[in-house]
Amino acid sequence: MSTASTSHALEGIRRAIPIVLGYLPVGFAFGVLAVKNGIPHGIAIAMSFLMFSGSGQLMFVSMWAAGASALSMTCAVGIVNLRYLLQSAAESVWMGGLSRSIRFLLGLGISDETFAVHVTALQKGWERNLITLFTCNHVAQLGWIAGTVLGVFCGDLVSDVRPLGLDYALPAMFLALLVLQCISRLHAFCAILTLVLSVGLKYAGMTSWNIALATILGASVGCMLSFRETRGNGHV
Amino acid sequence: MDMFESIVQTLTDGRTQQLLLCLLGCILVTVGPKILPITFLESSALPPIFRRWLDFVPVAVMAALVGSEIFFYDGVFNLSTTNLFLMVSIPSFVVALISKNYFLPIAVGIGLLILARHYGLT
Repeated sequence: MSTASTSHALEGIRRAIPIVLGYLPVGFAFGVLAVKNGIPHGIAIAMSFLMFSGSGQLMFVSMWAAGASALSMTCAVGIVNLRYLLQSAAESVWMGGLSRSIRFLLGLGISDETFAVHVTALQKGWERNLITLFTCNHVAQLGWIAGTVLGVFCGDLVSDVRPLGLDYALPAMFLALLVLQCISRLHAFCAILTLVLSVGLKYAGMTSWNIALATILGASVGCMLSFRETRGNGHV
Repeated sequence: MDMFESIVQTLTDGRTQQLLLCLLGCILVTVGPKILPITFLESSALPPIFRRWLDFVPVAVMAALVGSEIFFYDGVFNLSTTNLFLMVSIPSFVVALISKNYFLPIAVGIGLLILARHYGLT
C-alpha cells in the first residue's frame, strides 16, 4: 500500500475511534440483552452484521421479548429507521460522480455516527476519499460487532460499564460534531429549533418518531428561512 | 450428521421461524432506507429547493440526536444537576466552541463523567 493510501486509511481509523469507544459498550449491552431474551447467539451476532443499527436492534430485542408479531416489529423498527432515509439522501449530495455499486456499498456503512463524521468533514472542505470513507465505516461496524460478540459470550464478565463513562462517548461525539455543523447563524438557529422539537416530541411520548419528525420540521424551517435570506439580500 | 439434524430441527422449529421472519422484515426496513437514496438519487439532477433542504438535514439530525441523548438520563427527562450527561455537556460544549476540535470535547466529557461517578455521583 502506498503511503498516501495508508494515510487515508489512518484518517478513517482516526475518525472511527470515538465511534468504536461508544459502540463497544452499546454493542455489549445489545449482546447481553439478546441472549437474556432468548435470541440464539448466532442470530444476535448476525443482526450486528446485517442490520448495524443500535436503536433498531435494541427495539428488536425488547419487542421480541414482549412477543410482538413480525409485522408490528417490522413497522416499529422501520419508523425508528426513517432517519436513515434522510441521512442517506443528505450523504448522496456529496457522492456525485461515483458509480451506483460504490454508492450502494457506502450506503451499507451508514449509521448515525459514520454519517455525522463524514458529512461534517465534507462540509468543512475535506476532499472526498473512498479509502477514508470505507475504512471508517467498516472499523466502526467491526467495533459494533466486537461489542456484540463480547456481550453474547462474556455477558457476565463486566457487571457495570458506567464507571468507564463510555455511555457518554456517542452523545459527546454528536455534541462535538453539532458545534462544527453550525457553519452559519441560520444553521445554529436550525439546530436549536430541532433540538427543542426533538426533546419536546420525546417528552410527549413519541420516542420512535421524534428524531425523524424533528429533523424534517427543523430542516424545512431552515430551508425556508434561507430562501427568505437570499431574497432579502437580493433587494439590498 | 447429528449436528446437521440439530440445525434442521432448529430451523424448522416454529419459534425460530418466527424469529427469522422478524429478522428478515427488520433487515429490509433497516438496510432499505440506508441504501436506496444514496444509490439512486443523482445529486446533480435534484431540484435546487430539495438540495437546499438537504443542506439543513445534517445539522438538524445531529441536533435531534443530541437533544434526545443529553436531556434524558436513564430514559427520563431530567433538567436538574442529577442529569450527569447534561452537566458534563456544558463544559464539553464550551470546549467544542473554543477548540473547534473533534476529540477534545469528547475526552473532556468522558473524563468529567468518570470523575463524577468515581466520587459517587450516579
